[in-house]
Amino acid sequence: MSVAKPNPHDSGLAHVSGVARYTDDMPMADPVHLAFGLSTVAHAKLTSVNLDVVRAADGVIDVLIAADLPAENDVSPSAHDEPMLATGKVHFVGQPIFLVVATTHRAARMAAQLGQIKYEKLPALLTIDDAMAADSKFEDAMTFQNGDADGAMTSSDNQIEGSMEVGGQEHFYLESQAASAQPNEGDVLVHSSTQHPTEIQHKVAEALGVPMNAVRVEIRRMGGGFGGKESQGNSLAVACAVIAMRLNRPAKMRYDRDDDMIITGKRHDFRINYRVGFDNSGRLQSVLFEQFAKCGWAMDLSLPVADRAMLHADNAYYLPNVRILSHRLKTNTVSNTAYRGFGGPQGVIGIERVMDHIAYTLGIDPLEVRRINYYGEGRDQTPYHMTIEDNVMPEITDELVIASDYVERRAEIAAFNAQSPILKRGIALTPIKFGISFTLTHLNQAGALVHVYSDGSIHLNHGGTEMGQGLFTKVAQVAAQVFGVGLDMVKITATDTAKVPNTSATAASSGADLNGMACKAACETLRERLSNFAAQLWQTTPDKISFTGGMVNSNGNSMTFAELAAAAYGARVQLSATGFYKTPKIKWDRFAGKGRPFLYFSYGAAVTEVVIDTLTGENRILRADILHDVGRSLNPALDIGQIEGAYVQAAGWLTTEELVWDDKGRHLTHAPSTYKIPACSDRPKEFNVKLWERGENVEDTIYKSKAVGEPPFNLGISAFMALSDAVAACGDAYPDMDTPATAERVLKAVDMEKGITW
Amino acid sequence: MGQIRFLLNGVDVILDDPNPTETLLDYLRENRKLTGTKEGCNEGDCGACTVSVAALEGGRLIHRALNACILFLPQIHGKSIRTVEGISAPDGRLHPVQTAMVKFHGSQCGFCTPGFIMSMYTAHRDGRQDFDDVLAGNLCRCTGYAPIIRAAETASKQPQPDWLTDEAERLQAMAGGDITLDGAFLPVTLDSFADWYVENPDATIIGGATDLGLWVTKLMRNLLPTVFIHRLQDLQTIEITEDGIRIGAGVTVARVRGAMVDRHADFAEMLRRYGSVQVRNSATIGGNIANGSPIGDTPPPLIALGTTLTLRRGSKRREVLLEDFFVAYGKQNRQAGEFVESLFIPNQPDTLACYKISKRFDQDISALCGAFNITVENGMVTTACIAFGGMAATPKRSAKVEAALVGQPWTEASVNTACDAFAEDFTPLSDVRGSSDYRLRTAKNLLRRYFHESTNPLTETRIVGRGVA
Repeated sequence: MSVAKPNPHDSGLAHVSGVARYTDDMPMADPVHLAFGLSTVAHAKLTSVNLDVVRAADGVIDVLIAADLPAENDVSPSAHDEPMLATGKVHFVGQPIFLVVATTHRAARMAAQLGQIKYEKLPALLTIDDAMAADSKFEDAMTFQNGDADGAMTSSDNQIEGSMEVGGQEHFYLESQAASAQPNEGDVLVHSSTQHPTEIQHKVAEALGVPMNAVRVEIRRMGGGFGGKESQGNSLAVACAVIAMRLNRPAKMRYDRDDDMIITGKRHDFRINYRVGFDNSGRLQSVLFEQFAKCGWAMDLSLPVADRAMLHADNAYYLPNVRILSHRLKTNTVSNTAYRGFGGPQGVIGIERVMDHIAYTLGIDPLEVRRINYYGEGRDQTPYHMTIEDNVMPEITDELVIASDYVERRAEIAAFNAQSPILKRGIALTPIKFGISFTLTHLNQAGALVHVYSDGSIHLNHGGTEMGQGLFTKVAQVAAQVFGVGLDMVKITATDTAKVPNTSATAASSGADLNGMACKAACETLRERLSNFAAQLWQTTPDKISFTGGMVNSNGNSMTFAELAAAAYGARVQLSATGFYKTPKIKWDRFAGKGRPFLYFSYGAAVTEVVIDTLTGENRILRADILHDVGRSLNPALDIGQIEGAYVQAAGWLTTEELVWDDKGRHLTHAPSTYKIPACSDRPKEFNVKLWERGENVEDTIYKSKAVGEPPFNLGISAFMALSDAVAACGDAYPDMDTPATAERVLKAVDMEKGITW
Repeated sequence: MGQIRFLLNGVDVILDDPNPTETLLDYLRENRKLTGTKEGCNEGDCGACTVSVAALEGGRLIHRALNACILFLPQIHGKSIRTVEGISAPDGRLHPVQTAMVKFHGSQCGFCTPGFIMSMYTAHRDGRQDFDDVLAGNLCRCTGYAPIIRAAETASKQPQPDWLTDEAERLQAMAGGDITLDGAFLPVTLDSFADWYVENPDATIIGGATDLGLWVTKLMRNLLPTVFIHRLQDLQTIEITEDGIRIGAGVTVARVRGAMVDRHADFAEMLRRYGSVQVRNSATIGGNIANGSPIGDTPPPLIALGTTLTLRRGSKRREVLLEDFFVAYGKQNRQAGEFVESLFIPNQPDTLACYKISKRFDQDISALCGAFNITVENGMVTTACIAFGGMAATPKRSAKVEAALVGQPWTEASVNTACDAFAEDFTPLSDVRGSSDYRLRTAKNLLRRYFHESTNPLTETRIVGRGVA
């Protein structure tokens, strides 16, 4: 079996020896280097753009403004509302206004600072409140509802309400955005660090005014993506292509880290208001959510992000009477974009806050409130009218409660807190049920291209991109599995729009589900041809031919896979095939808020224990226990890596990763010196991550596996809830902290418990 | 015209008049096409550009992990640079840290990996196993670090590969005397530096470049002319006298930490969290003082210990109390052509506590850093020296709080009364690291923490560190 093995990442050796090439590492003959000159104000008319000093700067070859562009000036993935270079107005601090072409990267950066821009300032909407007051929205508020929320609220036994601010998150992929372009006989070859090569191809073709077949985009690997390279690389690729064609010379561009953090979109910050009715056992009777998503200045992917937040407002819980209202707010801030979870975690954290709030109100263990509200028999319809058919949340919870010693530890923590005046501990278990499929149904398709050469070696290509998640390894395992050969027979190749066309972004955790199935289809087509040929050769039927251990066998006949490939070639059997897959069953009407947006759900749960310092608010994760369902794992090592990494990334989102803007709309945390992602010692010292052994996808997915990229990100929410639990040990009030729970927020919450305000 | 020499992955390199502020990272990637070393942040915070630099010191070869993105070419003269491409065997066998990283799935996207490999390689040479500290300067966004630690622990049990040779003799031959480059002076004697600087008072003095590096990579400034002081042996001495300890301004923070372990353990523990291994290996104590930053972490404890600076101009020296050196934001008590030569910490009982408060424990700039040095005799406070960074435009003593404590009984009531005086001493700013209110509230609470620690030593008061474990 090739699948289900813990094979190391296919590029592991290349990574550790420094030979793995990323976009900026590609050898290139005498390229020019590009940099953007940026807006310094949040909203203004451009009254004068004087670039004389820029043109005269050392090393500058060319300087372009919007009017110099050859065709479309748009890098939006959605609404054609995102000019690459500003036209007349600027809409956020950091918006590119002009493009510098220079002999070196440094010369381009130096010159990009020298633009003499005059602005006529316009009122800037910088916050959720600003946007609501101005009714500045990308579309009308959306509503999902099921049951009679208002009636049930009125008749409910208990009611609570609250509000929380949920902070955004910088992706901080270690490789900043990068692209290059080479002219090629009137066409262009683009290398882009992108999760979405087809979109790069599409935007470059538009920008050059050429058909898509004149543009080829290739990407072997990214140095991290996390959603931040789904649309945010468009500007760099388009800029490089435009310049490469304009000067007939290779062009390359990478954002310096600070520019990257100023220009590119982030996880959407949200406000979540809730009003909840529940009975005396803590069971929900009515839930009203109002979600406010700060989308920034351009639409980008904000609508489906906000949709997914609504679609995860239930998380693992049955909301019998529910109404979810969602506002998609347009502000003069960076255009927020996809980020691992795609709005889901913001939806989930809302209902998790509700669970805790109910528990503290009733004085019972939050775990009991969670359990009593889980989906179950007769309680299986979501707020969007989909029936849950694969619920394994109670089983996972039961197993994790035992494996993590949750009950004993809760008692130990209470005892510790009783005798520790300064340090206090907290614990929480939170679950995740995460919906798998793109909510834009047509994106749920994928293609693959597989060649078998006459020596039996296999060339694999598909539409998915490798950003570190191990997708290429998993898909290669699928190919090796179908042909019964070793992984070493399969050559993994760069994603290339010239090999597999019209691909979807590698996003929504769908990479292995979609591309694995497409690869399997291609390989099965080839195996069928080879089986038919072998059956002729051996005077038997194709169903008697088996492929295993590098051999092809039938009733005592046997040859190597390589020998069969050579013989098949000699007999003029076609040894190249494409494969295609489209996800079945899904159907979704986003305006009605009804349908089946997801093929299935991924489940998991985490228990986190934390400690806080009640004098300073400093805090730390002590231990995390995770049980997660990946169905039948395609590769347990890679899956555990995804879970560990996602948890720590989410814990960072909710603790130390604080994005700060000033009242002029300037981003102040635009470097790792001020924006703090988790460091080595921030990982849980005791970190027990297990795949749920009984996991098996009830749907017909690739070898019964489940998607893994985004779902476990939500498990980091347990760290935030554990911090709330620790704060609650300092007094009687419910600590309604906003996120991220920085030391300052924790101290403020502790002092609130003690009745001290500042 | 001058030249610098160094070894790059074992090969002799001579550069004629390099640009003095070209970074090693740009040189490696752009000139040598050694693209294994990555640019992650270009400011010394992520470690993706980590290289291992060996230097001869006192006849011994010392290996250090350094950030190539903020290391200027003149700083590597006479040293041996190893990049990720240069640690496997000539026949291709991998170094044990490389093998372990593959085996334990320590790379996902792989972009941070070369930096981790070089930090792990350097630790492996030194036999260091405190991996949380060794790797605090390497950020990974994919793995959550657990598999990397597993790899590091496993590799640490493997012997040094036999293909690693001692390059001491080759480096010895490169040392040489003063070097003058176009735009840079690299003296080897303190006297020649002192004289030169009097003549060239507008030159930029570059020690470790962990701060000045960003002036080039981020502020895009021109630092020329420059003078590089890393070759001044006389500036790098630590001298123990009868009365105290004298530390040369060119001593790295890593070495200061070592010198403080037995004297002021809490200072050493705070320095464990100062920058990262890569930063501490390069940053100098003199630089941290002379740049006058209000948030430098060494001035508060040094002030609380009554440290004196020796300033030198030409052959003239004068002494000034460190607390008097900081005049105002961006302004120090330093004349043109004058430089910080050394600092002196008087002997005293160790009653110092250092509290560094930051968003992230490791490798973060402090929101505030408090140093408390309070002596109590017979239940009464006899002396109090309390200094803070992050609370004012300069590192500053809390004179009013000290006054409120001295002569009072060492009780919770006295502490609470004294806390009210913080608002008289400080009106801190709000910024990305913390609000004014948070800083003031926490400063008071740190005095309470000190009180708890001195009166209830068994109470747990800190999430990380309490002295050096």
